[in-house]
Amino acid sequence: MGNLTIEYKLNISIVLLLLAIPAIALMLDEPFYITLATKVVILALAGVGLNLALGLGGLISFGHAAFFGIGGYIAGILASHSLNAELMFTLAGTEFDGTTNMLVIWPLALLVSALVAVFIGYFSLRTKGVYFIMITLAFAQMIYYFAIAWPAYGGEDGLSIYVRNQFMGLNTLDPMIFYGICFTLLMSVLLLVSKLKNSHFGSALQAARQNEQRLAAVGIRPFGIKLTAFVISAMITALAGALFADLNRFVSPDMLSWHTSGEIMIFVILGGVGRLFGPVVGAGLFILFEYYLGGLTEHWALFLGLVLLAVVLFARGGLVGLIAGEVKHD
Amino acid sequence: MTDSILKITDLQKSFGMLKATDDLSLDLRAGEIHAVIGPNGAGKSTLIKQICGELAPDSGSVEFLGKEITALDVAARARLGLGRTFQVSSLAMEYSALRNVMLAVQSVQGSSFKFFKSLAADQPLRDTAMHCLTEVGLERRADICAAQLSHGERRQLEIAVVLALQPKAFLLDEPMAGMGAQGSQRLTGFLDQLRQRAPILMVEHDMDAVFSLADRISVLVYGKIIMTGTVDQVRSDARVREAYLGEE
Amino acid sequence: MTAILLFEQLLNGLQFGMMLFLMSAGLTLVFGVMGLINLAHGVLYMVGAFACAIIAGLTGSFWLGLLASLIVAAMAGALIEVGVIRKLYQRDHLDQVLATYALILIFSGATRWLFGAFPLYLDVPQILSTPVNLFGLLDYSSYRLFIIGIGITVALGLYFLIAKTRLGMRIRAGASDREMIAALGVDIRTLYTLVFALGAALAGLAGALLGAVQSVEVGMGDSVLILAFVVIVIGGIGSIKGAFIGALLVGLVDTMGRFLLPYLFALVLPPDTAASIGGALSSVAIYILMAVILIVKPKGLIAANG
Repeated sequence: MGNLTIEYKLNISIVLLLLAIPAIALMLDEPFYITLATKVVILALAGVGLNLALGLGGLISFGHAAFFGIGGYIAGILASHSLNAELMFTLAGTEFDGTTNMLVIWPLALLVSALVAVFIGYFSLRTKGVYFIMITLAFAQMIYYFAIAWPAYGGEDGLSIYVRNQFMGLNTLDPMIFYGICFTLLMSVLLLVSKLKNSHFGSALQAARQNEQRLAAVGIRPFGIKLTAFVISAMITALAGALFADLNRFVSPDMLSWHTSGEIMIFVILGGVGRLFGPVVGAGLFILFEYYLGGLTEHWALFLGLVLLAVVLFARGGLVGLIAGEVKHD
Repeated sequence: MTDSILKITDLQKSFGMLKATDDLSLDLRAGEIHAVIGPNGAGKSTLIKQICGELAPDSGSVEFLGKEITALDVAARARLGLGRTFQVSSLAMEYSALRNVMLAVQSVQGSSFKFFKSLAADQPLRDTAMHCLTEVGLERRADICAAQLSHGERRQLEIAVVLALQPKAFLLDEPMAGMGAQGSQRLTGFLDQLRQRAPILMVEHDMDAVFSLADRISVLVYGKIIMTGTVDQVRSDARVREAYLGEE
Repeated sequence: MTAILLFEQLLNGLQFGMMLFLMSAGLTLVFGVMGLINLAHGVLYMVGAFACAIIAGLTGSFWLGLLASLIVAAMAGALIEVGVIRKLYQRDHLDQVLATYALILIFSGATRWLFGAFPLYLDVPQILSTPVNLFGLLDYSSYRLFIIGIGITVALGLYFLIAKTRLGMRIRAGASDREMIAALGVDIRTLYTLVFALGAALAGLAGALLGAVQSVEVGMGDSVLILAFVVIVIGGIGSIKGAFIGALLVGLVDTMGRFLLPYLFALVLPPDTAASIGGALSSVAIYILMAVILIVKPKGLIAANG
């Protein structure tokens, strides 16, 4: 039980930190840091999604940027149509010209990403090992090139969103309010993932990672378990994408590139694969590198690479692993 | 004639030029222990794989409880009640002994898609799993993770897991493998009782165990069953002696 | 749309395919023999291009530059293998992906630090800068023909190496049973370093050759890397023959796709839509190809180890 308590304490500390930093920034009237914290929270959310598939399920998806980008583009496209009062499509006689309501955008992002994930997962999960990695990458690349080539939504240059989307009448342009929204979402999803991990489903999923043969031998079909995890993981990452587009008020094919897939993986690894708050820690570290180290040298990516290499070779459990020790399985 | 619980008919499997399973037929009847023996390379593991669904035969059929299961995958056959253990223990190595068994209980309950039902809080599930561990004598090692169990304990755990499935037939792949003399004796006694719960189809090399447990023995040589009979029949058969002694 | 234009595009596809083969041969060897996914392969492509550009710039000789690309890339490969890759053989795929991705960040960052973000200057050598007339039909770039020639030569060379030499025999044995050849006393560590360095040299060569027609800059290896992976997955991981066929397939499909698809769509759709749909589809064509092949033949066209 000792290790679990340390991790639990660590997690609480992180939550407090996530509350304290923006509060301090607010007091010091430095809204930039609130925005930075928002970025951490959103990227963490993307990582939490991947971590479900990767950390718990052992599914090395190198194409999660596809879902990140889908979420982003849904937010961007809906907002863009709404702002330009352009017709999107007519369904059963009613004209639909987009929306800037987050409460409509998010479910739509979840739905579309789920459908795409079912499709991608159905084919990819028939493969294993490097083939799985390649085929998830391939699907993401397809979507990436498609977004570049499709001129209607900016193509390679991306799409600007001129306002921030609406949430229940709050002033979402206020950095603190937007941060609050993102933070609440992250916490809710973490709670959800935590419940999932400790549920019957979570047990089957982690068993699928450890030994598929054993899982099938007890009568649980690994494919269904993995596909479900893949879809849920995609939905979470897509939600992060929608928030990311909103944060930057900009969406571009870069969100779909394999470099982005790699970055999301980096968050997960730096923090600790399979650990609940791993992606939060990882995203924090990444932003630290980008902004602090980036402020000192433009070659911060080089140092990130060195740290990543060191983590993979010597500190496999990531930062959470270093602090809280190896996972104690029961 | 008693109805067969498990019936294999004219099974064929070739790997290129190699005929691993050659027109193989055998059956498993209620209440019996049916052992499959044969020299190395006879095709025993290929046979097991085809029965449990890991490998698809080129032709022939596998029937279980009167149902044609040749097209079903491993998990489906396990859910129907075909409980298989592995020659080389195949467990979730990070999970404790208890949690490995809980997986099987969860499967029987059909609750694997419960996203919010906590596993730790599910006392009935834990109790059922604990009961199976106790049956094989592993109750004191319940919380030890599988990677840290001894080889013999892992073999016991394999049995506990398959018990939790409440199968209608046991498919045991060399259950005695790697067991010392004491362990083998205990397991032999255990299997003797087990046949009352469900019939056992057992691939085995340990002749002492085979001769003391088996109601019927099928002898597998080069993918073919050269005979099926009682212990005495098999012991005294010239072809069997030739297949074994001729090899050595 | 004339037959000559088609022929020209076919040659372009062939050239592209040959370059991809140079990249993929090393990748598939490393995966086949050592079981290692190496994302850093694209970095070696870049290293070769930079070496060539620098030496060619210093000496004025493209040929010395090519030699340099082979040597420097091989050395870089050997260094990486001994320093990092060795630690990854026993690890799972995730660790290999992440560690080699880290190498991309490190090498790209270091290169940018040393040489800046602007492309280096590398020109096609004088001898190969005039077009050649093919069969009286078409004036085609002699440099591209040169690349095709190199590709075929390397393919033949590799075939000879793998099939007819002792080293090749050890490589083949290593691909099918790693533990066995260790037991037979073959020096695995040196073998692995050699295989890795060989693959690196080929990647470096590809980088140098392509650097003369495209730009020599940081990140040039990224897109090629992905293509190389597509090639070896299509061709069958571990098989040089598969890499050759896969490379040709990808090269041709991509080049012909970019050329034909917008044209074909323009036959039935308005020109703007045709251009954008055709363009989008042609970028995606090889991924669709890969996905289809994996569905039909999950181990690629030529499953190397049966």
